[in-house]
Amino acid sequence: MVPVSYYLVLSAILFSLGALGVLIRRNSLVIFMSIELMLNAANLAFVAFTRVHETFSGQIFVFFVMAVAAAEVAVGLALIVAIYRSRQSVDIDQLSSLKG
Amino acid sequence: MLLEYAAIATMILVTALVAVIAVVLGSLFGPKRPHARKLLPYESGMTPIGPGTRRVPVRFYLIAVLFILFDIEIIFFLPWAIAFRELGWYGFWAMVVFNIPILIGFIYEWKKGGLEWE
Amino acid sequence: MTITDFSVILPVTLLTAWASILLLAELFLPRAQRPFLALLAALGLALTLGISLAQSAQEFAPGFGGMVVRDGFSNFLNVLFLLTGLFGVALSYRYNQRAQIERGEYYPLLLFSVAGMMLMGQAADLIVVFLALELLSFPLYILSAFAYPRPQSEEAGLKYFLLGAFASGFVVYGIALTFGASGSTDLARIVASVAAGSANLPLLTAGAGLLLVGFGFKVAAVPFHMWTPDVYQGAPTSVTAFMAAGAKTAGFAALLRVFGAAFPALAADLSPLMAILAAVTMLFGNLIAVAQTDMKRMLAYSSIAQAGYLLMAFAPFEIEAARTMAVAGALFYLLAYTLASFGSWGVVIALEKDLDRHLSIGDFAGLARRSPWLAAAMTVFMLSLTGLPPTLGLVGKIYLFRAVIEGGMVWLAVIGALTSVVSAFYYLRIVVNMFMREGEPAVEREWWLEFAIGAAAVVTVVVSLWPFPLFEWAEWAVMKLF
Repeated sequence: MVPVSYYLVLSAILFSLGALGVLIRRNSLVIFMSIELMLNAANLAFVAFTRVHETFSGQIFVFFVMAVAAAEVAVGLALIVAIYRSRQSVDIDQLSSLKG
Repeated sequence: MLLEYAAIATMILVTALVAVIAVVLGSLFGPKRPHARKLLPYESGMTPIGPGTRRVPVRFYLIAVLFILFDIEIIFFLPWAIAFRELGWYGFWAMVVFNIPILIGFIYEWKKGGLEWE
Repeated sequence: MTITDFSVILPVTLLTAWASILLLAELFLPRAQRPFLALLAALGLALTLGISLAQSAQEFAPGFGGMVVRDGFSNFLNVLFLLTGLFGVALSYRYNQRAQIERGEYYPLLLFSVAGMMLMGQAADLIVVFLALELLSFPLYILSAFAYPRPQSEEAGLKYFLLGAFASGFVVYGIALTFGASGSTDLARIVASVAAGSANLPLLTAGAGLLLVGFGFKVAAVPFHMWTPDVYQGAPTSVTAFMAAGAKTAGFAALLRVFGAAFPALAADLSPLMAILAAVTMLFGNLIAVAQTDMKRMLAYSSIAQAGYLLMAFAPFEIEAARTMAVAGALFYLLAYTLASFGSWGVVIALEKDLDRHLSIGDFAGLARRSPWLAAAMTVFMLSLTGLPPTLGLVGKIYLFRAVIEGGMVWLAVIGALTSVVSAFYYLRIVVNMFMREGEPAVEREWWLEFAIGAAAVVTVVVSLWPFPLFEWAEWAVMKLF
């Protein structure tokens, strides 16, 4: 039996990795993947806490997060593909036409 | 506690070992007769055309995204199907309501031509 | 499952269904009939507004096992969000034709976003908070990029999407920690578990902090504001107007609901943090706005600064009497902000002739001679955003400052007053440009737009002369919240 705290530590590590990825990486696809990693870290935390509290609401939340993440993929990929078509690059450093 | 993982660890080790042995034995004892055609990337026996990193048509992306959207509803269907009898008519009508927006999305996608390949 | 359950979510359901039907109608309508969609969207919003108003007399009612709720707070916000939607349609109608972005999905997306905002006001469970947040955000991501293939719009859409999704990652993880600390995602049960002492307080504080980061992005509070100027500038102006008012109000609705109702136990830890956040946001937003020459960017920084004033409402949470007043003040200020924000963006739309060249502050020169009524309305909005009489902005600021002082944070009120003086510099510069400088601005005459601007200006002035019924409504709205 693995203690629940192991899962929580893992989820915290995954979440931090995702957040770091968003801040450090420059490719918008990789940033997007890092965001998905953050969401899935939260899912892991939900499932672990569900075990602690012996209720189901955490697991149900995971369903919603997954459904929302799928919708996010659809919107995000469409935007990234549109950007790629018009500038042949998905590097966020090249997105700098908006400056004050 | 870690002992519970012993079985999994053993399995990983054994599979890795079998794979390594197979590859090593093959390269040690197998006959080697290099030939230009043999060294080409394998594409079901055809002669490869162009580089392997060709661009994939954007169509594939559209199909993939549409697939994800309609695929994810399964995660709501599965628990519902398991508890179908206990949920009764209430569960049935809830699922009907759940399906209406998906149906609207489907009609939208169809009429917009998202399903046309050409 | 009872009738009450459905009556609680009736406005949201109606609006969602209407938006879906609109989406289908767009498919079957011929191209020439597209303008008809705007009318249909406005009709749906008006119908929902009617139902919301009819329901506002009804009692507090939870629905679907406490997932959603109808109370004074949600009624107030429903009305505000539906007005936001109506303004959004009025501002978009002709602008979209001019900008050649009259695609059929525009109005359904707008309606979906309004539905998400309304759900946010009614949420009584963190699951619903999350769903509402995403329902209101996704359409906005798409709408920001709606002027594709114009590169600036695409860029705004992608930036907004990436940072918005990043923020929602924080929200989800914050909810996970809150759930872990208290064993429930239901706001009422979280409160109960804190009261019973069974909740893990350090974990709950961490969860609340992450939620604060996530919502901070949505309301554009410093230091989570960096997307705001770029997105506001790059998105089509009609979308920016809707986003500036609606998304901010919805973010504050979530903050007020979650922090106001669910975390009284954490108030001692959180209110100094909120006070600092409010002070930094006010200072930063106002000081940077002074340096802007691009109109859209200036209004973007001004909206960051306005978020700072609204965040003041969270500072005096430790003292019970001040808490109710502060939240009522925030609701009141949100209404004043919505009117002034929509009005000023409407004037920007009226003046924006060439969509690829951004409007600068100098383009307002001579507006008073060219179109005196428009200049007068713009003056009202600028006064209201500054907090000068005779406008709703002044009344709202007095209300907020009084709550903060009663909460024992005089220094915060002083910062608020000082930054208001700073803001007078850049708001009144536009007024000076309009009345004192010579120029030939090109003004688009559009009936719906002028009607919306005029209505916003008249309400801003008239209600400020007799604001007491609105006060009472706002106070009644927060009564059941605590």
